[in-house]
Amino acid sequence: MRRTFTRVLPQLLTLAVLMALVTLFFPQFLAVDYQGGRLSGPVIDVLKRGAPVALLAVGMTLVIATRGIDLSVGTVMAITGAAAAWAIASGWGAGTAVLLALAAGLVCGLWNGCLVAVVGIQPIVATLILMTSGRGIAQLITEGRILTFNDPGFAWLGSGILAGLPVPVFIWILTAVAVAILMRRTALGLLVEAIGINRSASALAGVNARVLLIAVYMASGLCAALAGIIATADIRGADANNAGLWLELDAILAVVIGGNSLLGGRFSVAASVLGAMIIQTIDTGILLAGFPSEYNLVIKAGLVLIILVLQSPNLASEWYFLRRSLTQRREPKPVPSRVKE
Amino acid sequence: MLLSIRSLSKSFPGTKALDAVDFELKAGEVHALLGENGAGKSTLIKCMTGAYRRDSGQILLDGQPVSPGTTSEAQELGIGTVYQEINLLPNLTVAQNLTFGREPRRFGMISSRAQRDMAREMLAGYGLDIDVGRDLGSYSVAVQQVIAIARAVSLSGKVLILDEPTASLDAAEVRMLFDILRDLRDRGLGIVFVSHFLDQVFDLCDRLTVLRNGCKIATEAIAETDRLKLIKHMLGRELDEATEEERRKTTAPHEERHEMLRFDRVGRPGTVAPFDLTVRRGEVIGLAGLLGSGRTESAELLFGVRAAQSGQAHDEAGPVDFSNPRAAIRAGFGFAPEDRKTDGIIADLSVRENIVLALQARRGWTHPVPRAEQNRLADDYIARLDIRTSDAEKAVGDLSGGNQQKVVLARWLAMNPRFLILDEPTRGIDIGAHAEILRLIHQMTAEGMALLVISSEFDELVAVSDRIIVLRDRRHAHALVGDEVTADAIVRAIATPDAAQTQTRGAA
Amino acid sequence: MLKTLMTSAAIMVCAAAATAQTVGFSQIGSESGWRAAETTLTRQQAEERGIDLKFSDAQQRQENQIAAIRSFVAQGVDAILLAPVVATGWDSVLEEAQEAEIPVVLLDRQVDAPDDLYLTAVGSDLVHEGEVAGQWLVEKVGDRECRIVELQGTTGSSPAIDRATGFRNAIEGHDNLEIVRSQTGDFTRTGGKEVMESFLQAESGNEICALYAHNDDMALGAIQAINEAGLNPGEDILIVSIDAVPDIFKAMAEGDANATVELTPNMAGPAFDALEAYWEDGTMPEKFIQTESTLYTQDDDPMAEYEARKDLGY
Repeated sequence: MRRTFTRVLPQLLTLAVLMALVTLFFPQFLAVDYQGGRLSGPVIDVLKRGAPVALLAVGMTLVIATRGIDLSVGTVMAITGAAAAWAIASGWGAGTAVLLALAAGLVCGLWNGCLVAVVGIQPIVATLILMTSGRGIAQLITEGRILTFNDPGFAWLGSGILAGLPVPVFIWILTAVAVAILMRRTALGLLVEAIGINRSASALAGVNARVLLIAVYMASGLCAALAGIIATADIRGADANNAGLWLELDAILAVVIGGNSLLGGRFSVAASVLGAMIIQTIDTGILLAGFPSEYNLVIKAGLVLIILVLQSPNLASEWYFLRRSLTQRREPKPVPSRVKE
Repeated sequence: MLLSIRSLSKSFPGTKALDAVDFELKAGEVHALLGENGAGKSTLIKCMTGAYRRDSGQILLDGQPVSPGTTSEAQELGIGTVYQEINLLPNLTVAQNLTFGREPRRFGMISSRAQRDMAREMLAGYGLDIDVGRDLGSYSVAVQQVIAIARAVSLSGKVLILDEPTASLDAAEVRMLFDILRDLRDRGLGIVFVSHFLDQVFDLCDRLTVLRNGCKIATEAIAETDRLKLIKHMLGRELDEATEEERRKTTAPHEERHEMLRFDRVGRPGTVAPFDLTVRRGEVIGLAGLLGSGRTESAELLFGVRAAQSGQAHDEAGPVDFSNPRAAIRAGFGFAPEDRKTDGIIADLSVRENIVLALQARRGWTHPVPRAEQNRLADDYIARLDIRTSDAEKAVGDLSGGNQQKVVLARWLAMNPRFLILDEPTRGIDIGAHAEILRLIHQMTAEGMALLVISSEFDELVAVSDRIIVLRDRRHAHALVGDEVTADAIVRAIATPDAAQTQTRGAA
Repeated sequence: MLKTLMTSAAIMVCAAAATAQTVGFSQIGSESGWRAAETTLTRQQAEERGIDLKFSDAQQRQENQIAAIRSFVAQGVDAILLAPVVATGWDSVLEEAQEAEIPVVLLDRQVDAPDDLYLTAVGSDLVHEGEVAGQWLVEKVGDRECRIVELQGTTGSSPAIDRATGFRNAIEGHDNLEIVRSQTGDFTRTGGKEVMESFLQAESGNEICALYAHNDDMALGAIQAINEAGLNPGEDILIVSIDAVPDIFKAMAEGDANATVELTPNMAGPAFDALEAYWEDGTMPEKFIQTESTLYTQDDDPMAEYEARKDLGY
């Protein structure tokens, strides 16, 4: 527990500084109201709006830990959302819709995993295939329109309230906790890290790298399906063109802000979801601060750049040397102070 | 004096890697830099070449203080380096690698013909007849090493630093390299030579400097020193050379031992010709041969790294599946591969995690080895194999080569295999760890484990093996048993053309 | 002289075959529901008028469109409808059509080419759409103070720029109307909902009097956000948007939305009208035919409008 805390400390600090910064521009940022059985306020919005990216980041963390990358998650959101909306529109009910969406996510993950682990295509290329073609699949399901539905049960997953909080908040937190426990209480975390750092050495030690890789991409597909369900339930419609558009990049960014290396190996799910919250705080903060929309991307890019530079290991060592050389320069000074005595 | 280093110190968090070290290199000498792993040789070299910043001290080149900040700055000053791990680009061609950064240009464009000509010229003195237009990575480690040396030799003007340059070279290549180095010395270069092969040091070098625990112990002329004195300097104690060199005492004639595994006609076209192998409980089988003779490939077939296309294995219970590493592990095999860095250790994982990895993989992910058990295993093997690490949670990549090798051994010992394959278990390892690994081999067999050991050091093979199989041209050509097991016999078997082809089956 | 002769010859040929004109239609693709509706309506219009329509879907690629036009020319069609995917690079293929005496009508988007290379262009005036929306709001609120929030389209896109300009033109001089927040929702429902949530946080919901959204989809997302914040869209906050997609009529029927300005997908109707006049007696139409920007409110039987539109492919 303490180890996890030390690991995510930089992300927690970043989040705290960022929230303070947003509060400067929008003083009511931290205000939370309770009325009509629900909490509301900008922070609650951050927790809710960050759900899709946080979920994608959970799956992406595992994929990146194996030295892979999954560019298809945004598209998988569109596919699974379309599948769910289609199931409801066809009158199959919310439960079936959820199951169908999750199954679609698993199938997408299986496809990616097989391309990577069995066929041996580089992950960035393998997942690019689904990323570009998948929206076409989603459009086939929705027949090119925004497939709307009116099913209070399914919509509850996107905009419902449970114990005062939006339901998506529970979904992403539970998913992240479940995955973290699964990784650390079983040996999966160790094996995933091992194949990410050195696949051939792991295979020689008897690790079943192929099956693990497929499983990891399927997990990513499953997380994307959850994100797709939330996004679709939220607007009560499946928008094949826009659902999850570019979110794969936000998810990768969240993992990176979480201090996980794109070269694979050691990973922290907690740090990644904090990374997702950092990104969402930036997004929501920009909206609340009321800058003209032309500045949105510039401000976001600037903040992300600052965060990544502050986290870079090179800077840490430069800082170490800078401090040392400063203290060393100060060292020869005791002579005058002695004169003073 | 070409290069003088005065009172150089360097600390890392937690350790003092170099403590006020002096070092002097004359123009026109080959100067050996010796010491056990962790003595500070690599750190000293990295300070000279700008890879590390020194904390204090001076470096004078031709009497002028220099402070190279990067390796390329050092190169411009005239200090060229070849590291133990080849730092070339395997997916570029040989010619591109050799001319990298100074490509011959024609009308502003890189001329690949001129590039190839230039590369061939640079390689002319090395006796390598290779196609410089092919990717570097398609050549063996030995050839890559020679190319790295050729590049550094042509780049550096004054000082050439060689870190374990001969670790992957066979005898002929070593001789060739030494001829080149002597030639360069005679032309006035100062050469720093780091090696674990003491014979080579005595053969090539003019002077030597010994480091131990970050301190300079001695600088002496080769002519005025001897092996025992040198080893004493390095270890800080007397090494009982006798125990190391002594021929392994077999407790029983190998024919009488209990037969454990039998491989029949195992082979793969283009890799190794089909061979038979019988493995008996508690015996050590040595595999000898030149680089490229099929030693490693044989090991890989037996462990299923490459699937054998013919042949099968049996034990008392019946057929044994060894078609892939996981199957081989289930059958009780283990394999410590030649290239520790790429196939052995998981560098970023801790010593503990590396040790439990194979065990964990066999148990499956749903049955994690409890943390207490992991700690116990790690502490146990750290103590038993004398793995030098601050604690079990240190990343394996931060350990020295010998200790990394011990971690890989510990991983397999934790599995308690019946048949363990060790490919070059002592390569690039200092004398102390070397002796310990040989001691471990004795210990393992005493408990009934059978070993297959591959090594290019014939003395070492002779010291540990009950019998030796000699490979030549990708076939198991000869077997040496009992009193035949001598370094001399191995050399003769390698040199003799097809004299004992028929013996292969009989001996196995 | 020669030209007159050829033109009259062409007219005669056309007149002879007046019962079955052939028109080629190079469509951009089917990237949005609106475009799908445009395709459907073009087919319908052609059928009603007894025109034989040859349809080609370019899948967002100009080279496909150029190839399609060349094949239409080779087939000797009587006219070509072109919805150009980009503005530039059309000169040479339009010249080929001109040499073959085939009139080209541009639909929905303009091109950067001399205007004698095409017969006419049919399109809507994006600024005008914004003005219609603004005028409705000005009349609706009268003299009341009104704080407006605006959901803009994708930053930098021409609909976003023009619809913002038009709306501002309309409310200019009415000091009781003020745009207090303006942010992009990227033309999507999710974007509209997320940004509206932040507006509601930033401006405390009951102080917002009206929402102007650059398209209906964002307005539909915003309606959900307003509902979830416990307010009543359409009453507490007036909602006006542009496009007139079927779902906004449903929302109007339920009282959640107040008004929408139609961007008609029926570009083909005016195009065929112009073509028929040209075939008839060579009448040259204006170089730009502006489609109507009709305003629909809750009083215009939104349910009927919904039924009329829902099968057009939106």
